[in-house]
Amino acid sequence: MVFRHKHIIALRDLNKEEIELLLSTAESMREINGRDIKKVPTLRGKTIINLFYESSTRTRTSFEIAGKRLSADTVNIAPSNSSATKGETLADTALNLLAMKPDIIVMRHAVSGSHYFLANKVNCSIINAGDGAHEHPSQGLLDMLTIKDKFGRLDGLKVAIVGDITHSRVARSDIQGLTKMGSQIFVAGPPTMVPPGVEKLGNVVACGTMKEAIQDADVIIMLRIQQERQGKTLMPNTREYSRYFGLNPVNLKLAKPDALVMHPGPINRGVEMSSYVVDGPQSHILKQVENGVAVRMAMLYHVCGGGSVE
Amino acid sequence: MRTAREDSMSQVETLILDQPGINRALTRIAHEILERNKGTDNLVLVGIRTGGDHLARLLRDKIQEIEGKSLPLGIVDVTMYRDDLDSRGPRPVGMTDIAFSLTGEKVILVDEVLFTGRTIRAALDALMDFGRPRNIQLAVLIDRGHRELPIRADYVGRNLPTARDEKILVTFDAAHLPIEVRLVKP
Repeated sequence: MVFRHKHIIALRDLNKEEIELLLSTAESMREINGRDIKKVPTLRGKTIINLFYESSTRTRTSFEIAGKRLSADTVNIAPSNSSATKGETLADTALNLLAMKPDIIVMRHAVSGSHYFLANKVNCSIINAGDGAHEHPSQGLLDMLTIKDKFGRLDGLKVAIVGDITHSRVARSDIQGLTKMGSQIFVAGPPTMVPPGVEKLGNVVACGTMKEAIQDADVIIMLRIQQERQGKTLMPNTREYSRYFGLNPVNLKLAKPDALVMHPGPINRGVEMSSYVVDGPQSHILKQVENGVAVRMAMLYHVCGGGSVE
Repeated sequence: MRTAREDSMSQVETLILDQPGINRALTRIAHEILERNKGTDNLVLVGIRTGGDHLARLLRDKIQEIEGKSLPLGIVDVTMYRDDLDSRGPRPVGMTDIAFSLTGEKVILVDEVLFTGRTIRAALDALMDFGRPRNIQLAVLIDRGHRELPIRADYVGRNLPTARDEKILVTFDAAHLPIEVRLVKP
């Protein structure tokens, strides 16, 4: 099995075997992360540019560590100190970066689909670290890895995704990936935050209430309320949101007893999840972060030379 | 490079070692290891995935039969240490499993076929990330020549002169026991 993609922009573009390959590679990468010397020479001499037009701590750091553990040289570019604030277009920025001969550009951008635009302009690999409300493939993969660690499989699981589905690229990547791996997804959120036709994205059931979604669930993925992406107010206030769509020890009991609780972070404690759940035994949020480095190492490894092999 | 194990039609195959032959070679190697190292003190086995790890397990069993002591056994996957990522592209990565420090140990590195020596070079680099061994000794089932690096084996099951385009196939059964070694002419 050879990974044939030069870019990883969306889990929608990958098939089941390719997702399995990335996950099994990530499992091997995890072993490297547990060593005393957490570095292998695989990507020696490769240059990776982390181009983040939106703020990010977790994802950017995770990609940076992933690159460094593979011995690549990683460079971070943040919006506050890039030329974008001076009016440079994305295409111009990309062409200028390209003149410095990077091998991989890892980009986060507020515009959905901007990575496809960029991939047509450059000859290096593009990895999507989140584009608008489209996809966040590395998050989707690390979520799948975390679930697979717990259950040993992904098919036949009931996965609830609760919160702002409309603005969530995490939800889209989770839906695309988990559907291909055979999970059944139940989404719930305020009607203003669940896009019509969400069922068409994959094996998805839209639920009217949170209770319906998390009843007997194997996995509960809580989403952050993305105040920065919501144009106008989609809910009366956070207290009301928390009451109807927050996860607390009481409604967590509706799920299966060993259900996994996940959140892509950053968490608004007391809004989408109570602290009792965040810090509780079923929470796998920090495990997700740990798996994130391994998954991103697998992505960086497989795009290098991907598409060039026969 | 390690030999590919793909079968195809219209090839001439020669049996090099059968199951008893492999077994005898490994028994001899086990004795040689013990003789040269004067016992099992500070001795550990590390097999190169995949193939070498199965042979390393057999060597451990044989050494246990002879000396009554079970050596620590590790598995190393060299994919992340290869030098041909750019020319051959990324390949599936297996799990490395060395649950003990190599510092001060005498490491017996086990592979099935020694060819160009590049796999061994990669494995040596990988082992160095797990500590500073006192020494590393190389045991292989087949040495087929054509070295591209200054690497030699300390223990050899069978020296086999080959042409460069020939292939050596070591086959294993479902229980990872070696069945036979074949030479395939193109």
